[in-house]
Amino acid sequence: MRHGKYRFLIGALAPPLLLYGVFVVSPYAQAFYLALTDWDGLSAEAGLVGLANFADLWSDPLFLAALRNNGFMLIVVPTATIALALFFAACLTLGGGTRRRGRGVHGSGLYRILYFFPQLLSVAILGVLFQFVYTPGGLLDGLLGAVGLDGLQRSWLADPATALPAVTAVMIWSAVGFYVVLFTAAMESVPTDIVEAATLDGAGRFTVFRRITLPLVWDSVQVAYVYLGILALDGFALVQIMTVGPGGPDNATEVIGLTLYRSAFTYGEFGYASAMGVTLFFITLTLTALALRATKRERVELA
Amino acid sequence: MKPNLSKARIADGALHLVLIVWAVLVTLPLAWAVLSSLKTDAEIFASPWSLPAAPQWDNWARAWQEANIGRYLLNTLIVVGGALALVMLLGALTAYCLARYDFPGNRLVYHVLVAGMLFPVFLALVPLFFVVDQLGLLGTYHGLILVYAAYALPFTVFFLHAFFRGLPTATAEAAFIDGCSHTGVFFRVMLPMARPGMVSVGIFNFLGLWNQYLLPLVLNPDPDRYVLAQGLAALAVSQGYRSDFSGLFAGLIIAILPVLLAYILFQRQIRSGLTAGAVR
Repeated sequence: MRHGKYRFLIGALAPPLLLYGVFVVSPYAQAFYLALTDWDGLSAEAGLVGLANFADLWSDPLFLAALRNNGFMLIVVPTATIALALFFAACLTLGGGTRRRGRGVHGSGLYRILYFFPQLLSVAILGVLFQFVYTPGGLLDGLLGAVGLDGLQRSWLADPATALPAVTAVMIWSAVGFYVVLFTAAMESVPTDIVEAATLDGAGRFTVFRRITLPLVWDSVQVAYVYLGILALDGFALVQIMTVGPGGPDNATEVIGLTLYRSAFTYGEFGYASAMGVTLFFITLTLTALALRATKRERVELA
Repeated sequence: MKPNLSKARIADGALHLVLIVWAVLVTLPLAWAVLSSLKTDAEIFASPWSLPAAPQWDNWARAWQEANIGRYLLNTLIVVGGALALVMLLGALTAYCLARYDFPGNRLVYHVLVAGMLFPVFLALVPLFFVVDQLGLLGTYHGLILVYAAYALPFTVFFLHAFFRGLPTATAEAAFIDGCSHTGVFFRVMLPMARPGMVSVGIFNFLGLWNQYLLPLVLNPDPDRYVLAQGLAALAVSQGYRSDFSGLFAGLIIAILPVLLAYILFQRQIRSGLTAGAVR
């Protein structure tokens, strides 16, 4: 073997693995242990309480509210985002008529540039910006007033009925553009001769989309489902910055991350908070597996 | 043929209409924020669309100085710049070693690293706080840099591992024969060849770290060292009470501007860099 191979390997791998071990692996491992204790962060010793923390979770109204709200986001965010993104991506690539077939509508590059931009805004910026969009007399009320829908004006984030949908809408607003770009790229790699052959056989735009484009970009849709599911299970930063309380009104926007953060860093219930983290981990894991299974289709391979 | 063509025209017109609606929905809140940052508070609440009687540049100055946006921007640059340099160096080295060298435990190290992408950060949050605290790194630049780099490492290694595997071996072989050391081959031969991959993952990491909110919120309690995301959130609370809305909008726009400028200059690379992460 070449001279000094192991010396090089040890020198190269030791610093990153040490960093990763101290700040990533060890906290994750400790979390599973802490979840079984009643540690308050002050006492030197943590008392083992077995699965009591997990049992308490299921009778904690705050945690249950958080589960319900994340559940709502989990259903709405991926579905709405993917539907909108697929629709816009299809408009961008399948449009343009026969002359521009395969190149998409005029100005599709400009649409992509615009659509993608919200992806670059940090959640803190989104939170602050939309807090003022929703505030009484803010942008949304102004728009409703401009089209004569004054009756709908309200304090969107202070009303328990509209607070959660308002936060969810921000997630969708910021995510759609990213998936438009992702899906457009996938759709552009669909060979044009297949599309042309189908068109010659009399298939309309919708049929082409449903029978040819969609099956060929399904891999991207699957990836999108997993990513958006993980996004919907979070929501912490938006809720913490935007909503009253935060998490209010009436726990209407409480999310798991916020419950965890508050139990740990406001109430010092570190064991209990860790149990929430472990629960969240298993929910994430289950959902990822389910999403990959549920969206599993026969893969279409272009030979 | 003729009626068909005009039918296609109408269909295209409808497509454009739909596409424009979303383009407006995306631009509107941002345009409104820019407009509001130049108005007086009274003007903001009079109507969302009225133009300012005279542009209030003073709002921007107030946000920069009194609201400390300039300071937060500097803090963010220090932390994100440091973490980015660190994670790119360590990530590239790790990925290269795992992709190009055979040694016992190679697969294990790779899987443990990549598994880091599966875990929600919330799970690590509580113990991480105490680890950082015990090391005396709470609320320090270098503490935040180390933690940022550690959490960006799994994706960096995952992405670059595939990249180094795909590079041809002939050049490296030739360099070895010419007497180049292992370190020399990495820095002078392989790293330059991996440039496109480094750029993609670098953009991805930069934006990910720039937008961090949860980690600084827990690990960086000192207001003097707040990063931009923390600073803005804190500002939204305090300005809300003092009801200096125009100052808040100005702060928001200052925070958006660097990202917007970068996007205008490098929009193609940024889009492909970010989506490349999802395709892999």
